[in-house]
Amino acid sequence: MSEEDDFDLNDLDDKELVEQIQDDLYDGLDEEVTEGTEILLARGWDANDVLGKALVGGMKIVGVDFRDGILFVPEVLKCAGAMKGGMKILRPILAESAIDTSLGKFVIGTVKGDIHDIGKNLVAMMCEGSGFEIINLGINNPVENYLEAIDEHGPVIVGMSALLTTTMPYMGVVVEEMEKRGLRKDVHIMCGGAPLNQEFADSIGVPAYGRDAARSAEMAEEHVLGLRDNRGHR
Amino acid sequence: MSITTTLSSATKEVKIGFSQPFVMIGERINPTGRKILAEEMKVADYSRVEADAIAQVAAGAQMLDVNAGIPLADEPAILAESIRRIQAVVDVPLSIDSSIIEALEAGLAAYQGRPLVNSTTGETEVLERVLPLVKKYDAAVVAISNDETGISEDPNERFKIAKKIVEHAADYGIKPQDVVVDPLVMPIGAISQAGNQVFELVRRLRAELKVNTTCGASNVSFGLPQRSGINNAFLPMLIAAGMTSAIVNPLHPELVQAIRAADVLTGIDDGCSSWIAAYREPSSEGNNSKEGRRRRRRA
Repeated sequence: MSEEDDFDLNDLDDKELVEQIQDDLYDGLDEEVTEGTEILLARGWDANDVLGKALVGGMKIVGVDFRDGILFVPEVLKCAGAMKGGMKILRPILAESAIDTSLGKFVIGTVKGDIHDIGKNLVAMMCEGSGFEIINLGINNPVENYLEAIDEHGPVIVGMSALLTTTMPYMGVVVEEMEKRGLRKDVHIMCGGAPLNQEFADSIGVPAYGRDAARSAEMAEEHVLGLRDNRGHR
Repeated sequence: MSITTTLSSATKEVKIGFSQPFVMIGERINPTGRKILAEEMKVADYSRVEADAIAQVAAGAQMLDVNAGIPLADEPAILAESIRRIQAVVDVPLSIDSSIIEALEAGLAAYQGRPLVNSTTGETEVLERVLPLVKKYDAAVVAISNDETGISEDPNERFKIAKKIVEHAADYGIKPQDVVVDPLVMPIGAISQAGNQVFELVRRLRAELKVNTTCGASNVSFGLPQRSGINNAFLPMLIAAGMTSAIVNPLHPELVQAIRAADVLTGIDDGCSSWIAAYREPSSEGNNSKEGRRRRRRA
């Protein structure tokens, strides 16, 4: 790193600092993002604003550039690491906060029989970057895991991933079980993974098919904002 | 000790082995991520399947992988018909690729010769369904080194699973040389030691378990730019570690060349004869100059 790059984040004004945090997030600089987050909080910023204005803004840029082939998987995983650094500080404060600007909880997991992790984690990260609270169930999840997580966390969205033609039909099993238990009216379902297409998604009764991580995050956000609009009109 | 897995079509035999040229198994006949191919196979249009088979063999593939995993389609029927069509246009042995047992069975029933069954994992439930089929049709089988617990990042764990599969196969009367282990290639973009893990595993599988190995090599470059650059370097490194076959795209000439060069450099291609035959500059008349001279001398 050259001399020029070495400066004190404290010397920046708020606007510059927010931009710097977004740049650092983009570059996957964990420590710098953590430090910037701490400085904004020390300056009296509300944790919701730090998340919404600095981190979420930064992750949106990451999402778009990943979609457009400017950023690549190892870089995006580093961005996720940096985002985690900031979230580690913000999460406990947000949990205590009276104002809730979270888009809601998002349960995500790869279905039973399938051990593909990376794409699903990228979606989780993008959604976290959009302001969702993520409950990541990991890989190889039987229907019980989704049901338990819904019961425990009360998510607005459940996202399922599968990377094999042989495991994707299992998504239908989860959908059916949720249907049977009357969970579908409260919980929106999304699906994604390389072998899926819109036709398959429709066939299992889940039209919300996210073709890539950035689009999935957009769709999740649109869904929640749509819900809010509808409630407003009533 | 030289281990050989012998595969065949109705008319042609291919050997995967420690002292054999590296076997390139063409990966193209797989509808995953190939929208047009998937649509065509679904409506029983096999023209692209046949063309892909011919092109891959012309490009140097010694075997072809055949996968018919199409959402909401009759995979067993499509796989069986694909195999019939492919065997009618090319003579290389095939790898029958599905994780649906009914599809494997349909493919095996349709196949002429001795195929490679792709694949079983180390999951007991899967082993108990796939291995009897492999035995029944006297085929060879790809063994993927993961089990109920997922894919371990610890090469020792993956070695243990491979060993377990070889032992289970023996219980069914399948010889170790008919088990080709896939050590599982993970994306290097997510796991920086993924390459080293596989190299170590391949060395051990060869030295200790004495089995042939294969893999879907292109997974290594997932999520990276200029993927072919990574793939083209990876294959020779795998071959140096002792890998004996891989499922690759033979339509990339640089990759095929890198693999053939690796066979030269490991001394498998004795006298560099395959290399010379493949890359000798044609003479000005457009004929292979050496053959031309031989013909003249005989005349």
